[in-house]
Amino acid sequence: MISKFIVLLLLLVGSISSSWTAFADENLTSIEVIRAIGPEGIGNAKASAAWKQLAAGDSSTLVTLLNGMDGANDYAVNWLRAAVETIAARELKTGKALPLPELGKFLLETSHNPRARRLAYELVAQVDAATAEQLLTGMLTDPSLEIRRDAVQKLIDQGNQALGRSNRLGAALLFQQALNSARDVQQIEVIAKKLNELERPVDLQKHFGFLAEWKIIGPFDNSGNTGFEKAFPPEQKINLSAEHDGKTGQVRWQSYVTNHKYGMVDLNQAYGKLKEVVAYAATDFYSDRAQSVEVRLGGKNSWKVWLNGKLLFERDEYHTSAEIDQYPMPAQLVPGRNALLVKVCQNELVKEWTEEWEFQLRVTDALGTPIVAAKP
Amino acid sequence: MKLKIISFGMVICTTMLADDWRQFRGPEGNGVSRETGLPVLVNGTNSIVWRAHLPGEGLSSPIIVGDRLFITSSSGLKQQRLHVICFDARSGSKLWERQLWATGRTMCHKKTSVAAPTPACDGKHVVAIFSSNDIACFDLDGNLIWFRGLGRDYPNASNSLGMSSSLVIAEGVVVAQVESESDAFTVGLDLYTGTNRWKLERHKSANWTSPITFSLAGKELVVLQSPKEVTAVEPATGRLIWNYTNGASSTPSSTLNGDKLYVPSQGLTALDLSSGAESPGQLWRSNQLKPGTPSPTVLGAKIFSLNDGGVLTCGDTATGERLWQIRLKGPFSASPVVAGNHVYCVSEKGVVQVINPSKPEGEVIGELDLGETILSTPAIANGAIYFRSDARLWKISSAPATSPVGL
Repeated sequence: MISKFIVLLLLLVGSISSSWTAFADENLTSIEVIRAIGPEGIGNAKASAAWKQLAAGDSSTLVTLLNGMDGANDYAVNWLRAAVETIAARELKTGKALPLPELGKFLLETSHNPRARRLAYELVAQVDAATAEQLLTGMLTDPSLEIRRDAVQKLIDQGNQALGRSNRLGAALLFQQALNSARDVQQIEVIAKKLNELERPVDLQKHFGFLAEWKIIGPFDNSGNTGFEKAFPPEQKINLSAEHDGKTGQVRWQSYVTNHKYGMVDLNQAYGKLKEVVAYAATDFYSDRAQSVEVRLGGKNSWKVWLNGKLLFERDEYHTSAEIDQYPMPAQLVPGRNALLVKVCQNELVKEWTEEWEFQLRVTDALGTPIVAAKP
Repeated sequence: MKLKIISFGMVICTTMLADDWRQFRGPEGNGVSRETGLPVLVNGTNSIVWRAHLPGEGLSSPIIVGDRLFITSSSGLKQQRLHVICFDARSGSKLWERQLWATGRTMCHKKTSVAAPTPACDGKHVVAIFSSNDIACFDLDGNLIWFRGLGRDYPNASNSLGMSSSLVIAEGVVVAQVESESDAFTVGLDLYTGTNRWKLERHKSANWTSPITFSLAGKELVVLQSPKEVTAVEPATGRLIWNYTNGASSTPSSTLNGDKLYVPSQGLTALDLSSGAESPGQLWRSNQLKPGTPSPTVLGAKIFSLNDGGVLTCGDTATGERLWQIRLKGPFSASPVVAGNHVYCVSEKGVVQVINPSKPEGEVIGELDLGETILSTPAIANGAIYFRSDARLWKISSAPATSPVGL
């Protein structure tokens, strides 16, 4: 009788185990279907069915879904996020617990997808807000920009509290620590303002790492906005000693150094307030190794950027708005010299708000930390 | 008797559908609701049924499907967190919320927001679009059907001031106008999978107007407005049906009234769509009826244009003749809406003003100060009118709760 019971129990356990394994395998397959989503909705139809299967899971599947975001593209990350949110909301609504230890472990493993970790953090915060808040203290250098931003904000708040107690030294130290960790541009500007008020001025051009020294050449002709598409000689070859036919005569390369707080290369300053013109700016950026970086440009004019002769991106839009890091472009630096070339176009509009003919550029890692150029 | 009950039930059902507000500016995309009995706000605050909190910021309009209200917001670092939220329209309680990470650019002018365009619904699918040109389709219970990142697929599809064209759904196709200086197209996405059914290259220029749908002789069409032209296309194929080439505004959208289209073009231009010709005929043109940012609306034989400063102008839909003007408490970004015999305008300062247009010179008969910046066009459904600011959503009705929720 006992042996029959044990056999039945083993069979039951085996059945549950194989069902669970099958379910887990099915989940992994569905995650792969979602990870296969590509541009223009490729894979959407299959992913929709896979998503239903994943979203029907319980809280034990959450970390598997978060793991599925590692190495996934931005489309797939959003699909998986929606599955995680759907499951978590359903479990919490029905009074079930989220797997806090597993979510916490995932959160603290910084090799995971930063957005997946941020989502894990938010789930932890939903269940245990106090612990989540405490964790931020150790997350000032977190690879998730969102987590790091919250950690920095906590320091900013503490700095403001110190100021409220008239503890200027303590506040300055807290703001300085916040500045060292901050990567969000808005936060950096807030902190720099605070430090300036505490008579500890911040060299923002240096802090952001804007490239200040350039060789520039122009003006070339942009009548009828035709200059954006036209490849003037600098696009063929950068020869700093060459002269070229410009819009109104011969043009040659000249040195330009910006001392603008935000590294703006102001072509009006160099050439006067011209209209329907094109100029180029070139610089060399030295790297001590091959590395993946982001070339980040801000500006209101139409532009193109090349790195080592390869077009990184182009944008044909005039005088809408500009901000730091407006256009982050993934790029690959080679060891030694890397040639950067920027083309900046100015259109025909004459109103005051269309006068700017300028850009700013820096080289950073994916988080926005400036890459310091190596010595030539 | 049994048949009568069934028949009565069907009538009710039809009425409920008609009362939904499933897209920007309502069922016909012209700001007009068939609802009656809305409050005229003579004693404004008593009309608030509930008030709900919204995350981050946004100026998209709410849409209402049955008892469910859907709205979008954006928040966080560079407004990269996109929210789609469903409320119980009866109680104001949140039923679900989904968040996404923007895959396209989120930069926009400080006056607008990444959650500027209004979602659309066919009764089963809620499709939300953001200024980043991310589009997500959910069922009414918040289950994801598909997601697209048009800003990632087409990397120059963005406007550094922000984008705001809302979606329409017609014949199983979601139509999204994505038009900027650097890239411009209109895409028809399969409602069920999100894949491209068609993609039209458009004139490269900034455009914040929204498409509208209309039926002509049983054939459904989508009107696309742009600074260069106004175009009607087949929703299923994107095939061009007609083209009006005199240009139009890039901000206020056109207004449909039956088979007449009132286009913000060289003031306001009335087009006759009844012939189905390749180029619709012009009925009249009036500089006096030129709208500002808000799109015009209609009530019977009257058309209403609101300029940014706050002058509401009433015109004759048949002739374009200006009938009267009235100065409201402005400025305005939200488009006016109409229900019963009243025009509802909400200023950027959050002052709702109810106008009785049947008076010889028009008359403001009710007012409610919601006390917050409102740039979003109101929505009307189920006997109520809904307003949203960045952080709040209000339901206002003639039958308010005795203890309004969220106040």
